[in-house]
Amino acid sequence: MLNIGEKTFNSRLLLGTGKYPSFEIQKEAVRQSESEILTFAVRRMNIFEESQPNFLEQLDLTRYSLLPNTAGAKTAEEAVRIARLAKASGLCDMIKVEVIGCDRSLLPDPVETLKASEMLLEEGFIVLPYTSDDVVLAKRLNSLGVHAIMPGASPIGSGKGIINPLNLQFIIEQSTVPVIVDAGIGSPKDAAFAMELGADGVLLNTAVSGANNPVKMAAAMKLAVEAGRLGYEAGRIDEKNYGIASSPAAGMITS
Amino acid sequence: MTIQLNGKTVTLPQEVATVQDLLSHYQIENRIVIVELNKEIPGKEQYETLLLNEGDRVEMIHFVGGG
Repeated sequence: MLNIGEKTFNSRLLLGTGKYPSFEIQKEAVRQSESEILTFAVRRMNIFEESQPNFLEQLDLTRYSLLPNTAGAKTAEEAVRIARLAKASGLCDMIKVEVIGCDRSLLPDPVETLKASEMLLEEGFIVLPYTSDDVVLAKRLNSLGVHAIMPGASPIGSGKGIINPLNLQFIIEQSTVPVIVDAGIGSPKDAAFAMELGADGVLLNTAVSGANNPVKMAAAMKLAVEAGRLGYEAGRIDEKNYGIASSPAAGMITS
Repeated sequence: MTIQLNGKTVTLPQEVATVQDLLSHYQIENRIVIVELNKEIPGKEQYETLLLNEGDRVEMIHFVGGG
């Protein structure tokens, strides 16, 4: 069970809703993922052109919790403006704080992220900041009272997987709120690895929406997150440098 | 009346007076849409009575796919 704020979720996989080949594929991918939390971006409506279908308006909103992001914000103030607009929909009280500080790497601005998180907590939001994998920043966010910490595995959409597992492990160990590894996941092994490190959840988008077969990849990610979590709970064996036979040394058939 | 709507200068017909009229004018009154008027977010219950003024800056916002 994943607890965020006052809500409890069965699924530990959070799914992004951007850049799917079609709504039909997206709907099936969301279904196969068994995700209960879906992220969205907040944008101007294209009112000057003929109305386009909107994925969110086709969703059964009783089955999903919406996690809008503040993507597009470069300052804490811009993030707060976007968050307020999202909340005014009356559809959600969670917000993924996303303040990008570098256009090329899309890495988050730690100072503005911290500031925005503080402002949004004061306004009563359920705050989930997307952060870098900086251990001290995660500690500071935790102290502010955020409801989950979402460190990136590697840059958004890069598919590079977990490039600093040690940092993630430190963040997970010290954290008193759920840690959700967000961004950079490329394949099911990355998702499983994050969960094996002890993450409480994984948030991904491009790894599914950009796969050759998004529906199959959604199913694979669901299994990977479950497998990784079970493995973490089971407790893995220690690594050793030399082989240790698993068959008994006694009763060997020798000449 | 001329307003700034989603970053564009738009001249509205006479019959568009309130926020609700504006939503109807663009046929989005039944969509999931959030209105921002001069950087403030009015409650939906105010749409019927909230009058637009010359030079207002209005944003019509919705949710789109994103990660």
